[in-house]
Amino acid sequence: MSLFRNFATGLRSLFRKNQVDRELDEELGAYMEMEAAEKMRQGVSRKDALREVRLERGSLEVAKELVRSSSWESVVENCWRDLRFAARMLRKSPGFTTVAVLTLALGIGATTAMFSVVDGVLLRPLPYPHQERLVEVGLDLPGINQFNWPLRPPDYFTFREQSRTFEDIGLYFTGFGAAVNSVNVTGLGRPENVRALGVTDGVLPILGVTPLLGRSFTRADDEPGSSDTVMITYGYWRSKFGGDSSVIGKTIDLDDKPSTIIGVLPQSFRFLDMTNLGILLPLRPRTQRGYNYFAVARLKPGVTLAEASADVARMLPMEVQGVPAAEVQLGLKWLKESRIAPNLQPLKQYIIGDVDKVLWILMGGIGLVLLIACANVANLLLVKVEGRQQELAIRAALGGSPARIAGGLLLESLVLAVIGGALGLLFAYGALRVLIALAPSDLPRLNDIGIDGLVLLFTLGVTMVAGLLFGSMLPLRYAGVGVGTGLRETGRSVSASRERHRARNALVVIQVGLALVLLVSSGLMIRTFHALIHVQPGFTEPAQVQTFRVHIPPAMVKAPERLVRMDQAILDHIEAIPGVSSADFSQAVPMDASADSGPLFVKDRILPGQLSPARRFFWISPSFFRTMGIPFVAGRDLTWDDVLNNRPVAIVSENLAREYWHDPSDALGKQIGRGPKPDRQIVGVVVDVYNDGTSQKAPAAVYWPLTDAVFSLGQPAFAIRSGRAGSQSFMSEVRQAVWSVDPELPLSAVHTLDYYYRKSTASVSFMLVMLSLAGGMALLLGAIGLYGVIAYSVSQRTHEIGIRMALGGQGEDILRLILGQGAMLALIGVAIGIAAAFGLSRFLSSLLYGVKPTDPLTFLGVTIMLVLVTQLACYIPARRAMRVDPMVALRYE
Amino acid sequence: MPEKPSDLVQGTLDMLILKTLALEPTHGYGISVRIEQMSKGVFRLNAGSLFLAIQRLERDGLIDGEWKPTENNRRARYYTLTAKGRKRLNNETREWGRQVAAIGRILEAS
Repeated sequence: MSLFRNFATGLRSLFRKNQVDRELDEELGAYMEMEAAEKMRQGVSRKDALREVRLERGSLEVAKELVRSSSWESVVENCWRDLRFAARMLRKSPGFTTVAVLTLALGIGATTAMFSVVDGVLLRPLPYPHQERLVEVGLDLPGINQFNWPLRPPDYFTFREQSRTFEDIGLYFTGFGAAVNSVNVTGLGRPENVRALGVTDGVLPILGVTPLLGRSFTRADDEPGSSDTVMITYGYWRSKFGGDSSVIGKTIDLDDKPSTIIGVLPQSFRFLDMTNLGILLPLRPRTQRGYNYFAVARLKPGVTLAEASADVARMLPMEVQGVPAAEVQLGLKWLKESRIAPNLQPLKQYIIGDVDKVLWILMGGIGLVLLIACANVANLLLVKVEGRQQELAIRAALGGSPARIAGGLLLESLVLAVIGGALGLLFAYGALRVLIALAPSDLPRLNDIGIDGLVLLFTLGVTMVAGLLFGSMLPLRYAGVGVGTGLRETGRSVSASRERHRARNALVVIQVGLALVLLVSSGLMIRTFHALIHVQPGFTEPAQVQTFRVHIPPAMVKAPERLVRMDQAILDHIEAIPGVSSADFSQAVPMDASADSGPLFVKDRILPGQLSPARRFFWISPSFFRTMGIPFVAGRDLTWDDVLNNRPVAIVSENLAREYWHDPSDALGKQIGRGPKPDRQIVGVVVDVYNDGTSQKAPAAVYWPLTDAVFSLGQPAFAIRSGRAGSQSFMSEVRQAVWSVDPELPLSAVHTLDYYYRKSTASVSFMLVMLSLAGGMALLLGAIGLYGVIAYSVSQRTHEIGIRMALGGQGEDILRLILGQGAMLALIGVAIGIAAAFGLSRFLSSLLYGVKPTDPLTFLGVTIMLVLVTQLACYIPARRAMRVDPMVALRYE
Repeated sequence: MPEKPSDLVQGTLDMLILKTLALEPTHGYGISVRIEQMSKGVFRLNAGSLFLAIQRLERDGLIDGEWKPTENNRRARYYTLTAKGRKRLNNETREWGRQVAAIGRILEAS
């Protein structure tokens, strides 16, 4: 109650200040008058009576001040007054304020933008209830040197029935790399190829997704032979059905099969990191084969990842139960020789992959820029406050308490920081756009990036910390300034005291050191990028190779021979386009992540009890190598005869040939195969292709005739070598060529080979650009900081320089003196920076290629650059010092 | 030459003001005169500390202030003890008695 009363009274005196003041005046006045009247009654004159009262009871003004300052509202009032004072001081020096605010806005803005990326990609939870219990279930097969493989349908059935740790497990299929899972939709306007997702009945409930309309898949939908059902996403529903709720029960043609729409997913539904998803289909695992299906499971509450892994390891051998007796031996042999083991990851980790490292490193780098910016502002403030020593000393002399003066200075810093932070937030909105545009297109959760509550909170926190950081530099040194010294020093002073410059020098040294760390990091990335682009990827002039996929519905062409003929017909039409020098179709394009892998058996090299390691498999048509520009090392290309008649031939990569036969030409005529009875003859050897990106080892690859793998014929990847590749007009001619064979065939994954090539270096170039931006900002800010220190020191030393020149000092001596002062600071900074960079650059080592984290060339180059830039920054004020006129200088101050 | 007025024991001013107002509501000057009279001139209050204490007591809801005309037609703020103030006074008086007795015992011990 009394707290409320206290608060109410306080508010009253804050907002009705005049009245409250008058009342206090009146009350005290009455008090004095009454006492004086008493004295006058004893015969004292009025004048003497009042004087006596003042002597006995103390001054009226002091009493008033005492009463006023004791209440809490006076603290608020003081703050408000200090705030207005701070604003006035900042307005009074617009140059200083502008530079400081812009520096801060740059630092805080960049930090905020980077943090929104970190927040959106790494910190924010997945949009599923209890997402921490979701895991991605995969397998490791060390026996064939393969890791993180998807599951086979039998794995799914076993895990679903036997698990003790999963609440449920679901299987899904998204496709591989550029060969995305998709269906052709006909009967809804223009034929379209729509991105599709195959799921078992458990997947949506595991993710906690309930349909907006209709129902989810049930186990019955997954049974072979059940009627064809489909669910559609919110976006697809809005664009194709205008959000009509009577869509449930309607039929659409998917790959020429009529399917009934049973449900519409809510707008918020997102499947992992998939974009443009339109259609969900039952996976029907009983009709599927092979290690092609990803699995997501929900753990029972309280189950750890390790327990779930142990559970999967326990279940893996159970798969051989219930298979035909003849296959049990084979199954057991596979389990033993592949050394199959579970590979479970939290779903979020699975989606994020390994970008967390890149993002945290960049966050750290940008944080360093903010530190440098803070150091710069602190330096500016130090100069500013040094100029105000007289004012501060007067305030202290007039009874301003050190705490109050220090508080005022700190408040000024905070005001600066808040203005900088607000501007920085605006800047971050813009920078975020640029950042997202620069980011590799396969950065996961790109759509989740934005400025949300957490980011705003972060910005506020960073702003406050920054303000306190550079603000705390001041009061420590100036609030306690002695009345005497403060007032005296502002008179004609001796040469600037050493002690005064110490803080400023330390700040510049730190700036130079931090800038060096950032520049070394970006230098290492530049060297890495340089090394990467100098690796021959295996193919040549990728910008001249246009690739795309054609999706032929399986129902449309039943027989494989007819599929080949259809693909060939498309090829014929493409080759007729002017400017096409070569064209082919295959199951995968180099680097597009859709190539298959599996164990390769080499005749006479099969060891009992041991599986052969998995190799990368391509299924190709003739002229694949000519189109991609992959040169032959030995032997010959495939012919149409090989392909059309599925002759037992194959082509291998040079590293595979060397691994078994040392000399590539010795590989010719040797027999290899995908089964334990190798019967395909090697007819050619081609150079290695860096299918996993130039920073990885080129995987050993085998190229089979396309007809060997019927599954790949329905979604062939066409490639065309032409100088016109990548242009709109060329693609429209290509589309016409495809549609002249069948006007219902949609094209997808339209990219040049260069696109895939660039994608493989995207994260390195992202790091490169971002670290170079950070390094550039750091260099600029560091140079400005050093310039500021030297320029200020020159202005302080004008008097001293004048004396030196009057005593016969030459301009060059002065120049040397000033440059030497700058060089000393820069070199100390460089030394500290080198030590720090040595320690920190190992965090980069996993991202580097062809260069060591302690690469001497980078360190040397960066050091030289930094020293040159800092010398330049000192040269400008040094020139000014050289031109000092001794007469003017001696009269200075 | 009269003895120099003593400083009050820390924290006792509030109690004395409350006691004064318990007898009869009065204004600031009245309080200081009465404390001086009752203490036979031992305590003389400084205006600053008096009004500081009054403001504190009023904000804590122990006393209530009201503008009223004085005998010689001026306006002054008259203070009355609230129920809460009376309770506090009783408590403090009791506590004070206990402390004085205790201190006395200590000082008299030989």
